[in-house]
This record gives sequence, C-alpha cells and structure tokens, in this order.
Amino acid sequence: MKAKCQETDLGRRTFLKVSLMASGALMVGVGLGRPSGANELQNDTWVPNLYVRIDRDGTVTIVSKNPEAGQGVKTAFPMVVAECLEVDWKDVKVEQAPLDDRYGRQVVGGSRGTPDGWDDLRIAGTGALFLLKQAAASTWGVKASECTASKGKIIHQSSGKSANYAELLDAAADLPVPDVSSLQLKSRPDDFSLLGKFVPGVDNHRILTGQPLFGADTRLEGMVYAVYEKCPTFGGRVKNANIDEILKQPGITDAFVVAGTDELTGLLPGVAIVAESWWLADSARKKLKVEWETSHSDSTEEFNRQAAKLAGEAGETRRHDGDVDAALGSAQNVVEASYYYPFVSHANMEPQTCTAHYKASGQMEIWAPSQAPKSGRELVSRVLGIPEQQIHINLTRIGGGFGRKLRSDAIVEAAWISKKTGRPVQLQWTREDDMRHDFYRPAAWHHFRAGIDSAGRMVAFDHHFITFGRNGKTVSGAGLSPGHYPAGLVPNFRLRQSMIETSVPTGPWRSPGHSAYCFAYQSFFDEVALAAGRDQLEFRLDLLSRSYGEPPLDLKRTGDTLRIAAEKAGWGRSMEPGRGLGMAFHFDHGGFVSHVAEVVADGPKVRVEKVWSGIDVGPVINLSGARNQVEGCVVDALSTAQLEITFADGAAQQSNFHDYSLLRIGQAPEIECHFIQSDNPPMGLGEPPIAPATPAITNAIFAATGTRIRELPFSRAGITA
Amino acid sequence: MSQVSLKINGQDHSLEVPPDMPLLWVLRDRLDMVGSKYSCGLGICGSCTVLVNGRPAQSCMLPAAKMEGKEIVTIEGLAPDGNHPVQRAWNEEDVPQCGYCQGGQLLTAKALLERNPNPSDKDIDEAMSGVLCRCGTYFRIRKAIKRAAQYAAEGGSA
Repeated sequence: MKAKCQETDLGRRTFLKVSLMASGALMVGVGLGRPSGANELQNDTWVPNLYVRIDRDGTVTIVSKNPEAGQGVKTAFPMVVAECLEVDWKDVKVEQAPLDDRYGRQVVGGSRGTPDGWDDLRIAGTGALFLLKQAAASTWGVKASECTASKGKIIHQSSGKSANYAELLDAAADLPVPDVSSLQLKSRPDDFSLLGKFVPGVDNHRILTGQPLFGADTRLEGMVYAVYEKCPTFGGRVKNANIDEILKQPGITDAFVVAGTDELTGLLPGVAIVAESWWLADSARKKLKVEWETSHSDSTEEFNRQAAKLAGEAGETRRHDGDVDAALGSAQNVVEASYYYPFVSHANMEPQTCTAHYKASGQMEIWAPSQAPKSGRELVSRVLGIPEQQIHINLTRIGGGFGRKLRSDAIVEAAWISKKTGRPVQLQWTREDDMRHDFYRPAAWHHFRAGIDSAGRMVAFDHHFITFGRNGKTVSGAGLSPGHYPAGLVPNFRLRQSMIETSVPTGPWRSPGHSAYCFAYQSFFDEVALAAGRDQLEFRLDLLSRSYGEPPLDLKRTGDTLRIAAEKAGWGRSMEPGRGLGMAFHFDHGGFVSHVAEVVADGPKVRVEKVWSGIDVGPVINLSGARNQVEGCVVDALSTAQLEITFADGAAQQSNFHDYSLLRIGQAPEIECHFIQSDNPPMGLGEPPIAPATPAITNAIFAATGTRIRELPFSRAGITA
Repeated sequence: MSQVSLKINGQDHSLEVPPDMPLLWVLRDRLDMVGSKYSCGLGICGSCTVLVNGRPAQSCMLPAAKMEGKEIVTIEGLAPDGNHPVQRAWNEEDVPQCGYCQGGQLLTAKALLERNPNPSDKDIDEAMSGVLCRCGTYFRIRKAIKRAAQYAAEGGSA
C-alpha cells in the first residue's frame, strides 16, 4: 500500500443531475456518455447513483458509505443494495467510501446505521434496476412491467429475450432518473433471497492474509512516525520539556511542544516526537521529561466519598408518578438495595492511530479509523484553521470502536503534527496512552426501594441515581432518561438524581448508559421477584403485561424475546447444586433483546457455560453479522463486568492488559441466538445485546452460588468468571 | 546498529537495525509488512504473533537482531491465496469482527493444529489463551479450529 493506497476513485468521479429524494437519498443522474462525462466514457462505467457502478465488463461495484469497525456494515449495506439490484453476491465488489457529504450520515454509533441506511440503500439498488428494466423494455419494444431480473440479467419471459446488465448501460444512461415513489421497495423477509443469509465479511480475505486494511497499515512516500505524550492528569498543560535532548536521540526528525486547547475532546496539550520509525520515536520518548501544570486531582476515593454523602440527600426529582412514599408505606413488603458499577475503558485492540498528510497546496489528507469522520474534519478545520473543503478523510477499517473512535483526538493530533512538520505523519498511540486517555464509561450508584403488594406485584419503585456531571450537566455517556422502564410499568414511580462534578473525560461506550444501568435494574428485579416469592420469568412477564400511561417500551416484543430465550434455555428445568440460570430483558437503540445465562460454580469461581438469546430487531440482514454482534456483546459484557478503571491525582491508574485484563478464550461461553424476524423495519444490533447480558449473567451467578452481585467488578463480591 | 539477516516467509532480508529493535517494528516500519499488529507492546495480547521455527511468539518482544537463522512466518506468509485450512475455516465461520487480532489468532491456531491435529475445546482454550479478542470472537474461533482440523484431515496441511 505504498503511496496513494487508499485514495478513492469516488472523489474524482463526476456525478451528474444530483437530486435529493424524499428519503434523503441522493439519486444522481446517469453518468455514462453525458455532458462533462469524459471520465465516465473513459472509465466505461455506468454510475446510476452514489452506491452503484456497473462496468461494461459486467463488474458491479457497490459502495459502502459507513465506516467499518467490526459491526459488519461493510458487508450488510452492500447486501441490501445487491438484494434490490438483483445481482449475484459473488459478482459484487465492495468499495469503502471516503468521508463525502453526499452520503449523509457516515457514523458508527447509536446502532443507527441500519435503520438510517435502509431506505437509501434499497432506493439505490431498486432505482438502478428500474432503469435497467426500462432500458431493456425500450430496446426490445416491450413493457417494463413484463420484465423481470435475476442474477444480473433482465429477462422478458414471453419473448424469451434476456440481456446482461452490462449490455444495457448505454440505454439505461439515456433515461431520466426515476421518481422514488415509482419504485417498489422490498421490505419483508419473504421478499428476500440474499438478506437473512449467513454471509462472510467482504474484508475477510484481506484480514486473513494480513493485507493492509487498518489505519496504521497506511504507508505513504516519505512518511514519518509520531508519538504524542500528554499529561497523565487529564487536561494538564506543558510547562517545559527537554526537547533538545529528545532531538539528539537516534532517528528523531522532530520534537516539539503542542500548546493545545482546553477542550477535553479537542487537541490536548502535549509533546510530539517524530522519527523514521515508530519504535525510534517511542524509544526517544522514554527519555522525555515534561513538567506539567495541572488543575485538578480527581480520584475514585473522592468520588466514593461524595457518592456516600449524596446518598443521604434527596437529590433532584426528575419524575414522580403516583405517590411513592405512600405506596411504600402501605406495601406488604419493601425491598431495598444499592448497586454500583465503576468507570471502564473502551480498550479497542487497535490503540488510537491516524495518518495525516498536509500538502504544500494547503490540502490536508487524512487516513483515519474513525467512527465519526465528519466530527474529525470539523475539529481539524477549527483547530488548524483549514477550510473543511480542503480536508479529505479516507476511512480505513477500524480495529474496534465501541464508541471510543467517535472522538477525534488522534485525528487532530496527527493533522497538527503533519502541518507542523510538513510531512506525511503516522501517529500511533501506545496502549498506555490509549488506556490513560480514554473517554471512559462513567461509574454510577443506584439506590433502589421497591414496594410489593399482597399479590406479589411491584407497586412502587423509588430510585436515587448518583451520576457524574460537569458545570451542572451530566457528562457525556452518563445520565438516564426519566421515562426509562420501570417508569410506566409501576403505578408509583420516582426518579431522583444527584451529580458528582468531575474533570475525567467520559464518553459513549457501547450502548451508552444502558450497558451500565441495565445490570442494576435487572438484578434488582431479581431481588424483588425473590422477595415476592415469584418465578423470575413469570414476574418479568407480569411486569410487561400492563403499563401506566405511555408504555416505556413495546411490551409484547420485549416479552416475546424473553419467552423465546427462556424456552430455548429450558427455564424451570431442575438444576444440580452449583448450577443456575439467570435472565434479563432490555430494549435500547431500537432493538429488543433478552438473554438467559447458565452458570456453573466451583466455590467463588464461576463459569458462564452458555447464553441463549432472544432478539427482535426486525428482519435480519446478514445472519452471520447479526449473530456476531450478539456473541460479541455477551463476551464484552462478561469481560467488562470484571474490569474497572480507577483514578488518583486526576489520572487513570490502569495502563495495559496486565491491569485491565480482557476476557480470554477459556472464559467465553457458547451463545445460541434466536431471532424473531418481524416485518418491522430493521434495526442495528451493535449495541442492544450487551445491556441485558450483564444482569443475565449476574442473576445466574446468584442462582448458582447464592452470591448477589450488587457492585461491579465481580471481584468485589469475591467472584471470578 | 546491527547487521541482520532475517528469513521471513521463506525470503531473506538483510538489513541494519538498532540492536534492540523488536521484530514487530522491523516488519511494520522497515519492511512494510503490516499484517502483524501492535496492540499492547508487552507480549500479553498476541496481536503481533508470528511463528518462529513453527512456534507462536510475540514479535513486539523479540529483538530482530536475535532472529538470525530462524524461520519466521508472518500472517502474510500463511497462504497468500487464503487457502490454508485455518484461513478457509475462518472465512466460512466468518470469525473476524474488527479483524485486528485475527492474524495472531490464525498463526496460533496453525501451530496448535500442527502439533495436535484433533484438539478438544480444552486444548483449544489452552493453546489460544495468549491472543486477546476484544470483539469476542472466541466461540467462533473454537468452531473454526475444529473445521480447520477437518479440512487438514481431508487433505491440505495445517
């Protein structure tokens, strides 16, 4: 991948007759042989829209617009286009789009890719096919409605005529772009021939043969390598640094202080060291001495002290239905428990990296494994004063996102270093940089009280939520919607909130909020059901059987996922001592997921043997990708529930996988997925399976051991998994 | 600087390197062989795994200057056409999610199957415990290794 490795063809292509469709899809006029279309003629390529290109040799190229972080979008999105275009999947080539505003949202986040892309992708495939059918019909003098398509061919059954798409390009290119309302879009699982199948990832060959693909695989002529040292205390400034000594180290081409800005999500102050190889830069860094100026000393100890104090206060009431105090006062039984989970890190296998090339022309070209490249472009423009039109971002495959790469800190650092040195630069953070300068998932405390009536129903729910804030607002990745269940599922409900001020950088972490607090809710439900003397499944289904006012989630779809997970797990079967099942349901990011986990215990050492999952995200696009997300989320939940990031003197205390020890293969369970395929529009699946996985496991641990895990990581309860 | 001759994927490379420069960085920054990945730098995550005389080793911890006379295999050298049994099995089980760790997983699996053509779950868990996967593809890795064992038994060497 020397030089122009990932430079894109798309950027140079001329699109014609751009029109914005009602759905937001950009349908672009047919390009072949049209005015200013010299390139198109030379390229011999028909470009019906931004997502599809068909060459005269029959090659069908489908462009994937969103960054790929392992969530499977680079396979799933083109599958949707291919399904509607009626081409054989094995004949499709997939190409990654760069950041290009014509595609609209290009973000890995919020599990929004699938629902947002669904219409545009189907319009792209169906619209191109519409033109091909029209082209065939006019060539043959038949009605387009009599033409069918299959595997890259238009067929007119009664006349026996057929043509490959490649033969129809000239005729198709002369036609006007269809009105989107004239297109019949496939939408139901019954309509699909490709969607719903198990399709291996389009990048598998490159991954399995070690070909360049990821951010740091970019190689450019004359490229140098950089490290960037920042203050261990978040936001600290450089007072002075021994730059002269660093410049004397072997292979060093540059070293300098970057003043940076005050913004925690921007260009933080630090020292850049640039060398002929990354290892030389990192070796010189070991000699670096920096005097920092810091302004805070946040610590886990202090957070805990404040949380304990706040627990005794009333907090701000954010919602109150009915009369919680009266209902608790008259309840047959009151259950009270407190839950806690710590800060955690994203810990992507690929530490932050970015390659940037500031050119003499004033153009900035960037190769970034970014979940939100548009934010990266805005930040670079703002901090470096380069107009956005002069910043081009290529999207490399991302070595794990989980929300971390929504932030553009490595991008703006690489861009700054390249502009300052005037050379193409590859910035690679160390693992230690990555873990000490994350945007952590915030910790929180949940103090619950539930009132149970004589029928064993939960009739009151009081919740004091202690979270983190900055300048009076909850920090990124923290907070809780007042409408979140069990609001709406109990007649008397109150949510009170208190905040601890912090300077620790926080941010979205896979299913932000949900992946943390679902553990607290669903574990506490377990306690309530036990106190009420009811079966866990029956208690939860009963909870989902009625609502008070607007239901906080679709009760039927949620209940159905729980029913199927329980049924497949054999809920209610007799278990030998030391073995137990636990369950949890949840709804977030448009997806309904329930899990049942089976745990076997050997004293405090437990093993999660198997997890059964019930999932409803509408129709499944790629069965393999969908299962992968469920499997990955379960492992992620089990891994993260055993980890924590702590702070002292304003700095993170963990630094690498020896003290933040991700799950290894021997601890990973088997996972069995059961999808409820409905006609609802498809939703993303990168996030919904994680939230209920943690409490399904902790509830199973209780069933197996009698130990109720109310605080994470598990080690606080003496449990290892 | 040390003059060193490295045999990588059957090819000889002669170059001058600082005596303590790890093989990983020689591969990545000097030879532009970027399939071996940096992740922890402490030899505990396995993303940088290569085979040295057939055994998995963490290239971030191995000084290149000490690799003279050894047979080094990187992910680029496994089977460039992707037809090695572990590669075929990995694709068919669609193991990769982000894919960053998978080179290390494949080479470790290849070494396992060479010494144990029919590994149990326990054998797999033990042999593969050195390679972390943050995406959680472990369940599929077990399945893929069993599938690869089958392919190897049917013909192709592991």
